[in-house]
Amino acid sequence: MVAILYLISALLFIFALRGLSHPESSRMGNIFGIIGMIIAVFTTLMFKSVLSYYEIWAAILIGGAIGSFIALRIEMTALPQLVAAFHSLVGLAAVFVAAAAFYDPVAFSIGKVGSIKTASLVEMSIGTFIGAITFSGSVLAFGKLQGTISGKPIVFKFQHLINALIFLIIIFLIILFVINQSPTIFWTIVIVSILLGFLVVIPIGGADMPVVVSMLNSYSGWAACGIGFTLSNNLLIITGALVGASGAILSYIMSKGMNRSIINVVLGGFGGEQDTSASKDNSDKIVKQGNAEDAAYIMKNADSVIIVPGYGMAVAQAQHALREMGDILKKEGIEVRYAIHPVAGRMPGHMNVLLAEANVPYEEVLELDEINHDFPMTEVSFVIGANDVTNPAAKTDETSPIFGMPILDVEKSQSVLFVKRSMATGYSGVDNELFYRDNTTMLFGDAKKMCEDIVKSLSA
Amino acid sequence: MEAHSSEVFVIGLTVFFLACIIGYYVVWSVTPALHSPLMGVTNAISSVIIVGAILAAGPQGFDTSKIFGLIGVVLASVNIFGGFLVTYRMLSMFKKKTKKTKEKE
Repeated sequence: MVAILYLISALLFIFALRGLSHPESSRMGNIFGIIGMIIAVFTTLMFKSVLSYYEIWAAILIGGAIGSFIALRIEMTALPQLVAAFHSLVGLAAVFVAAAAFYDPVAFSIGKVGSIKTASLVEMSIGTFIGAITFSGSVLAFGKLQGTISGKPIVFKFQHLINALIFLIIIFLIILFVINQSPTIFWTIVIVSILLGFLVVIPIGGADMPVVVSMLNSYSGWAACGIGFTLSNNLLIITGALVGASGAILSYIMSKGMNRSIINVVLGGFGGEQDTSASKDNSDKIVKQGNAEDAAYIMKNADSVIIVPGYGMAVAQAQHALREMGDILKKEGIEVRYAIHPVAGRMPGHMNVLLAEANVPYEEVLELDEINHDFPMTEVSFVIGANDVTNPAAKTDETSPIFGMPILDVEKSQSVLFVKRSMATGYSGVDNELFYRDNTTMLFGDAKKMCEDIVKSLSA
Repeated sequence: MEAHSSEVFVIGLTVFFLACIIGYYVVWSVTPALHSPLMGVTNAISSVIIVGAILAAGPQGFDTSKIFGLIGVVLASVNIFGGFLVTYRMLSMFKKKTKKTKEKE
């Protein structure tokens, strides 16, 4: 009976993910997920060995209250750090469950204290290892996304060698743990894994965060899997594998969006160093600068506008003002669409959520391969808070660090409007030659303020 | 005993690989626009680890294992409620859109 209820729960989780294939079916998917979780929890509470209902319900209520409070209060622009924080909790929970299984193996029928089955010990320590890495890696990712820690990659000598060494030490500790089942070694594994998690994320820079967040998502799944094997629980194994696969695919999509291998991202250190060398040779070129009125004039006289949002839009919280601008243009009979680069923002799908929040119909929001061939037929590209993802150097300059990255072909539209705070280079540290082209107008200022000013000029 | 536990492990491994394959195909079918909600949902369901935490917290009395279990329940619950709610919030924004456009049309 238990096995069947767990199976139903696992199937519901699969349907939950399946529902996300379309916005229409996605809400039902989320409900499937919730039902699956309720079945899983109540099935477990029916176990004969589970007696302390009060404590467990108190724990669920405390956790639930905290989770609900945070989820309802969070700003949509802060989603990436929220997700990172949640991943860290999954990792930590995995460590605690593994520790609980180690201290009370009888409750999980995996042996007795001091004589736990070898297979269970291996599975337990692997679950602990992945859980602890997920925990500390996510905490650091949270810090970088929140801005408490510098988003710049931190690199030092022998970094990868040190990480590899620590990894070997962990394997050695796991072998030792399986042999003598000592609590001291268990906690040493936890501490060393936590250290490794920090060291793995530390060299990875801010704009590579979509990959890191997806990777940690994947890890949290594998951690659940490890615990699933320890407890011989198919529900945990299935769910862990689903989550693990999901995170892995997202990491793959994100790194492909930057034309880099996952390994390259993980090794880190991208950006930061090149800042100084790249931007010098363009310092004497002329930039055409405009203001909100110019932008309003240019767009008002166009037939079609494609808006390209980037992380800068999220930082400035400009999505609502931007949508207002789009609405006015649409009323004038101008075709307005949005083009989203796969790595725009700080997590997969970040821009889509922000535009959805600002009530932009999702039919107007298109992915790179859906819209890229339309740029030559477009009169105005309005780039707001994006930079590297529009840089034609990715196609032409083989020496550029971003060479080969798929980009949005804004340079093919008749004119380009660039909303930027300053002439500073993008995350990659590469100068964007688009700024100096004749058909480009730079609009310097805060993204939100600029949109509001354009709205004023348009309605005047 | 040994034969039995290795059998259990192989069954687990079978389930694991089949689930990975299902996950692979299901996740590729997710539209890129919903990748953020996907992370929200996966985050929530990975907290099914609460099952293990409840088992640890189950027995009466108070020992180390039970305390760890209860902490695990709290952490996983934060994720379950937080994950599903934040996903709900995201998806309901995508929902509003459709209605609005339909009304306009």
